[in-house]
Order: sequence, then C-alpha cells, then structure tokens
Amino acid sequence: MGFLNFRSKSAAELMRLPTGCFTVDPAGKVVASTLPQSFPLPLLQEISAQVLATFRDAQAAQLPLTEIVVRFASLRITARDMLGGAIVFVSPKNPQTIAPHLN
Amino acid sequence: MPANQKILLVDDDQDLLDLYQQILARMPSRPEILTARNGARAGAMLESEPFALLICDLRMPKMDGLQLLAIVRRKYPQIRTVVLTSVLDEEFRSRAYAIGVDLFWIKPGTDAEVQSFIDCLESLLTREAQAGFRGLQNKSLMDLLQLECLSQNSLVLRITNGPLTGNIWIQSGDIIDAAADELTGEPAFKAILTWKNGTFESLPAESDRPRAIQKNYNALLLETMQAIDESREASPPAANGAARPPAAGEPALTWLSRLDGAEFALIADADPQGRAETHGLENSAAAIRWARQTRQRFERIAERLHAGPLQQIECLGPQRSVSLAPHAAAILCLGWRPDLSAAEIHDRTRKAFTLWAS
Repeated sequence: MGFLNFRSKSAAELMRLPTGCFTVDPAGKVVASTLPQSFPLPLLQEISAQVLATFRDAQAAQLPLTEIVVRFASLRITARDMLGGAIVFVSPKNPQTIAPHLN
Repeated sequence: MPANQKILLVDDDQDLLDLYQQILARMPSRPEILTARNGARAGAMLESEPFALLICDLRMPKMDGLQLLAIVRRKYPQIRTVVLTSVLDEEFRSRAYAIGVDLFWIKPGTDAEVQSFIDCLESLLTREAQAGFRGLQNKSLMDLLQLECLSQNSLVLRITNGPLTGNIWIQSGDIIDAAADELTGEPAFKAILTWKNGTFESLPAESDRPRAIQKNYNALLLETMQAIDESREASPPAANGAARPPAAGEPALTWLSRLDGAEFALIADADPQGRAETHGLENSAAAIRWARQTRQRFERIAERLHAGPLQQIECLGPQRSVSLAPHAAAILCLGWRPDLSAAEIHDRTRKAFTLWAS
C-alpha cells in the first residue's frame, strides 16, 4: 500500500507561524524586523495596526498600557509600547520548544 | 448508528480522493463518503447538508487545510475533524490540535496502517452515535486513568475543564505523554491532575506519539498525588484569592472583583448591542468598548494567522493592569493592581476564568 503516499505535493506550501520581532513607528510603519522574509507583509502590517490601536484605545478608555501579551492556542504575541510605536515579539507555542517569556 | 452518517473527504488530488473513497468504503458502518477538491467547495457542501466527520489534507491551494479546519471548528463544532496528510512536521501537528481537530493522521502507507486508520474513524463515528462523552462524571480523573491503564488500553484522553483542555496519551496501558496549555510530559500531566472537575473524552490512540513520560503509571500517579497533597498543605486555597470559589448565589462580578489583587471586573457580550456589567470601574462604557474591540481585533489576527483560538490577553499598565479572556459569546475582563507581574496576572486570570466559565 506504499502507493498511497508515493507522491508529495510541492505546489501548495503551508504558512509557518513566524518567530522573531519587529518594531513599528507611531504611524504604523514597520521600521525593523527579524521575522522571515517569507512572512507576508500585509499580515505584519495588520498585526502592527491592531497592536497600536489596542494601546491607543486603552489610553482613551483611561487604561494606559505599556505591554500586551496575547495568547493564541499556538502563538504568543508580546507588544511593548515605545512612545506611541511598539516593539512586537512573535513566538509560536510549540510544545517542542520553550518560547522566550517576557516579564 | 444512523445509516446515513456522512463523511466529507477534502483533498486537491482527485486520484487520492478516489483511492480514499474506496478505502473508506470498507468501514463497517458503511458511511456515505462525499468528496471536495478544495476548501471553498467543502464549505458549500457543509452548508448544504449535515456531516458527521470531515477528513482533510493540509496542503491545498488557495484555502489550506488549517484554514478550512479553523472555519469548520468555529461554524460546525459538532463535526468531528481529522487531518490526513503527508506533512511530517510537529509544528503543523501542534497547530492542528490547537485548532481542535480530533485526529492528526499521517497518510497510511501499509495495509496495517490503513486498517488502523479505518478503525480510528469508525471509533470516532461510533462514539458520536453513542452520544459523545463517556458518562464518567461520578469518577475522578485518577479513577479513570487507573481503569484505562489496568485494562491495557490505548487511547488519547482529552480532558476539558472550562476553557482549559489537556490531552493524556495512553499506549497499551502506559501513560506516555501529556499536554496542557504550554506544558508537555510530566509537568502537563501533573497540571491536569490538579483540575477538580471537567469532562472526559476518549479519542483514538496515536501509535506514533513519541514517549515523553518514562515512569510506569503506578509510580507516576502516586508521585503526582503526593505532590498535589503537599502543595495543598503548603498553600491552602484561602491563601490564593484568585482560587477562592464563589459562595452559592454570589454574583460573579462580586466575587471576581474581590479576588486578591483585582481592582475591577467586567463581563460583557461580545456583541456591541449585548449586555455588559461592571464592578469597581468608573469609566465603564469606554472600558467595555475597548474590551469588545480588543477581542475582535485579536480574533481576526488569530484567523488570519491560523494560530488557533484566542485564549487570553494580559496587559500591563502603570496605573493598573488588565486581563481579558473570551468565552463563547462573552468576554471576561479583570483589572489588577499594577504591582502584579505578567505571570501572576496570567495565572490568576486563568483560575478566575475557569471558575467563572464553569
């Protein structure tokens, strides 16, 4: 029955969760990044926009914040406020690895 | 078992679809097998008729398997889901389980593997027909583990305790691995055994799961129970405000806002038009709006990244820190003293959330 997996697909690659960090200025522009270049820029920009909006709206709600840790089932995003911009750390929650923890 | 149970098989390779359709026709329950060559077609079929089981490949153009599974878990939580793939990568296995799939299976290559695969699918379908969870509410998790080990069973035991989920892998009566939150192996096993209640579900065994726990089950259970007893003696529950259970009839907001270190509590429907209640919060309308927007924002990110469901958010601030956790259509948001660390907030929020959600 080895014929069942005799071929592997190469056309459609799965997107890996990124590991690394990036900085974003107060206007939402990504100014530096250690994330793999294969990680789509629009996704990076979306994360940046949502992080900055979360800091901004918290301030408006009189809940000023300096750091946000967002835990998904298989990924953690940690963002620190940097004078209106942010530095954002992204690390997959893979049971085989110990992700860096920021405190 | 109902005669008309349907399985939807999704793969972009028509030859493989045909082959698997023939293989699945050997299942004793004779389910109806339907196929789709892409995620969009699968979505349309799921919309139009009920399926008991979805089997899908990971690598597919346009909408990959993880995307499809995330949608199916959200829209059709009652459907059992199986990944059938040739992707031998632990990251994707972890992510698939994080999304909530029932089974991750490498495409079988031998007759024996095909037969195991069929047996597992049959087990998934049969359990569904027999009303899902096994009725073990009156037994402790310890009783259940002893029973499975003594019977030399092979299975994956999934334990759900409010928002927390843990898996324990049992192979021929030996506990070989466990996973809960970010823990694996023995630490995960010990964490799961501290849960006082929950529901149990047995999933088909994963024969290729690497062994991460080397102790025999008797030693492991004994050691774990001793550790739990010692931990209880060293720190009685009253010493940790976050774990204090609410008194009967006490409103959730009241006991949540009395937790050690808590400054306010907010419970709101995710829907902006829905209900919202707060305790200890001055500018409540703005905070409610922020909590709803924050949940929505990061759920959108989770969906785009295929990172599994949003579990919890902790925010540190100079005046007060805030944590947020989604549960079904509701949001729990707690305000904390600013001197608490992120790890303390994480831990207290998880405990509070578990009590609230249960």
